[in-house]
Amino acid sequence: MLKIENLTANAGGKQILKGISLTVNPGEVHAIMGPNGSGKSTLAQVIAGHPGYEVTGGTVTYEGQDLLALDAEVRAQQGIFLAFQYPVEIPGVSNAYFLRAAYNEIRKARGEEEVDPMEFLDLMAQKLKIVEMTEEMLQRSVNAGFSGGEKKRNEILQMAVLDPKLAILDETDSGLDIDALRIVAEGVNKLKRPDNATVVVTHYQRLLNYIVPDYVHVLAQGRIVRSGGKELALELEEKGYDWLLEPAGASA
Amino acid sequence: MTAHSNYRELFDAATVGTAGKDWLPKLKIAAIEQFEAAGFPTTRDEDWHFTSVTPIAERTFRPVKPSKTALTADDIAPFTYGRDDWHLLVFVNGKYEPSLSNFAELDVDAQVMTFGEALKEAPELLAERLGTLAPAKQAFTALNTAFMADGVVVRVPADVALDTPIHILYLVDAHANNGSLHPRTLVIAERGAQATLIETFATLGGGAYFTNHVAEVIVGDNARVDHYKVQREGAEAFHVGTTQATQGRDSIYHAFTFTTGAQLSRTNVYSRLLGANSEVRLNGLYALEETQHADNQTFVEHIAPACSSREVYKGILDGASHGVFNGKVYVAPQAQQTDGKQTNHALLIGDGARVDTKPQLEIFADDVKCTHGATVGRLDEMAKFYMKSRGIGAERTRALLTYAFAAEVLELIELEPLKVALEGLLFDRFIPPETA
Repeated sequence: MLKIENLTANAGGKQILKGISLTVNPGEVHAIMGPNGSGKSTLAQVIAGHPGYEVTGGTVTYEGQDLLALDAEVRAQQGIFLAFQYPVEIPGVSNAYFLRAAYNEIRKARGEEEVDPMEFLDLMAQKLKIVEMTEEMLQRSVNAGFSGGEKKRNEILQMAVLDPKLAILDETDSGLDIDALRIVAEGVNKLKRPDNATVVVTHYQRLLNYIVPDYVHVLAQGRIVRSGGKELALELEEKGYDWLLEPAGASA
Repeated sequence: MTAHSNYRELFDAATVGTAGKDWLPKLKIAAIEQFEAAGFPTTRDEDWHFTSVTPIAERTFRPVKPSKTALTADDIAPFTYGRDDWHLLVFVNGKYEPSLSNFAELDVDAQVMTFGEALKEAPELLAERLGTLAPAKQAFTALNTAFMADGVVVRVPADVALDTPIHILYLVDAHANNGSLHPRTLVIAERGAQATLIETFATLGGGAYFTNHVAEVIVGDNARVDHYKVQREGAEAFHVGTTQATQGRDSIYHAFTFTTGAQLSRTNVYSRLLGANSEVRLNGLYALEETQHADNQTFVEHIAPACSSREVYKGILDGASHGVFNGKVYVAPQAQQTDGKQTNHALLIGDGARVDTKPQLEIFADDVKCTHGATVGRLDEMAKFYMKSRGIGAERTRALLTYAFAAEVLELIELEPLKVALEGLLFDRFIPPETA
């Protein structure tokens, strides 16, 4: 589904990703872990098409096509979804309007008919249950005045509506209390199918108690320094990241 | 011959009238003399540095002609925010139209009168109050005082809450081309009184007319006035307006100015905080396109201690439009514990668009908190990426974020139906219809 080979990327002239290779197949859950500043969020945003990063080398192939040649909205229309670490507030635009606009763009891209507001509300009634949200949330402006937990649940609601093939969750656990974490994680698990894949970007092992990964990759200083099964996350929990980091200057 | 001497001729040609005994003619004669002496401001005046009124000064707008077509309720429906339960006073080409107005009996002891009625029913009130807040030293205010023909007087007695909003709708039709209107508003909220006022300026094909509006608002001790101004004049129109409030102790005055109309407009909203612990909020939104020019000036005078002032203005500038924001705050030596905050943000979406913004703080007290901040920018890249990452295309992303920029300041409107109506106006303006 997704094949990243030797990907390098800059932000503001500084190299952040220094050669990432990663393959994700349908039905898999991958966790990308690593200390702050390791490049985890950059990787997530580069896959989703953030224009602020300059890809300087390597390839990303998604469903057989060159992903890097596509604009962010086209990537989304083709099934890539990024749950943001810091969801953006959009005052004055209701959640319902925003979700329906996005949903219809994606349906259009799939050659399906757009839905009207009434049909959409019926669909939403089911999706809201996945993240234990009420209809009242649909009438509020997108993320405006939402608590941290509400914002993250709203991200998973969007994911539920847009039904992506490849979902990337960027630090979705940050700032969540244990109840919100459970709701968010259960939402993600309910959306898991054999034909879609999930990449969970996280600093802590905590989320992985709820979303069990098939593979764990440790990102440090812009490179994947270790890959393994779910037991690697537990090892990191116990030992921290330091044992995996190169001594300063060793790569120079 | 200079433009302002033309107005003298027009003034002399009109009957000053005998209404209001002799105080009104006196007031008007003094005003035309002050106007003549001052003349129209030029860009050499500090207050008019970024706004040239030459297009107004070089024409002579004659007092507007009355409409010859009878308007119906359907004609005014687009301007009434879907409310038939508000008090509605409709003026067409400056003249009160009782048939279009919906001016139910007030359920409380208060007076809402047209200018003509007030001259008959409450002449002492007018004689005592009119022109006391907005003195004629400003040329446009003087011109209004000299030529004012109709308007609205609201008086809410002590401890009376006038819960139903009063909507004053100034409509102009095609017969107003080359004409001028000088509507006048006087609001007196006595001690502990409350009132909500909406003034809407709109057109049904009015051509190049000139509205020159003055509002005086007296907010008594512990009183509250919410004052909304919606300026949707025609694309060729000129609009100059000055609102001057004074506030007593523990009073609240909230003003919101919404501007989308006129080729050239200048809107002043001023409040003088005369009593301690009072609160003023002056907020506004302007959305301009093509070659429109809109200048907003605010002036808060902190005369009494422990008052707070809050100002948020936002502008969206498309095409080659030009916006100006000048926020003046004066803090008198005795106005300790003043808490003032002013922000203004402009979004430039047109390649030729421009905004000039000038905060002006004059602080003579030492124990004060006064801040101001201004941003001029383009749409936030992260917000754009967020929209696109949900599959929304570049054009709709831009439209939604532009709308959201405006909607954020509309959130400050406490009168919910008005907020919803203005959101609707902007939504339709910025967001292309869905392709079915």
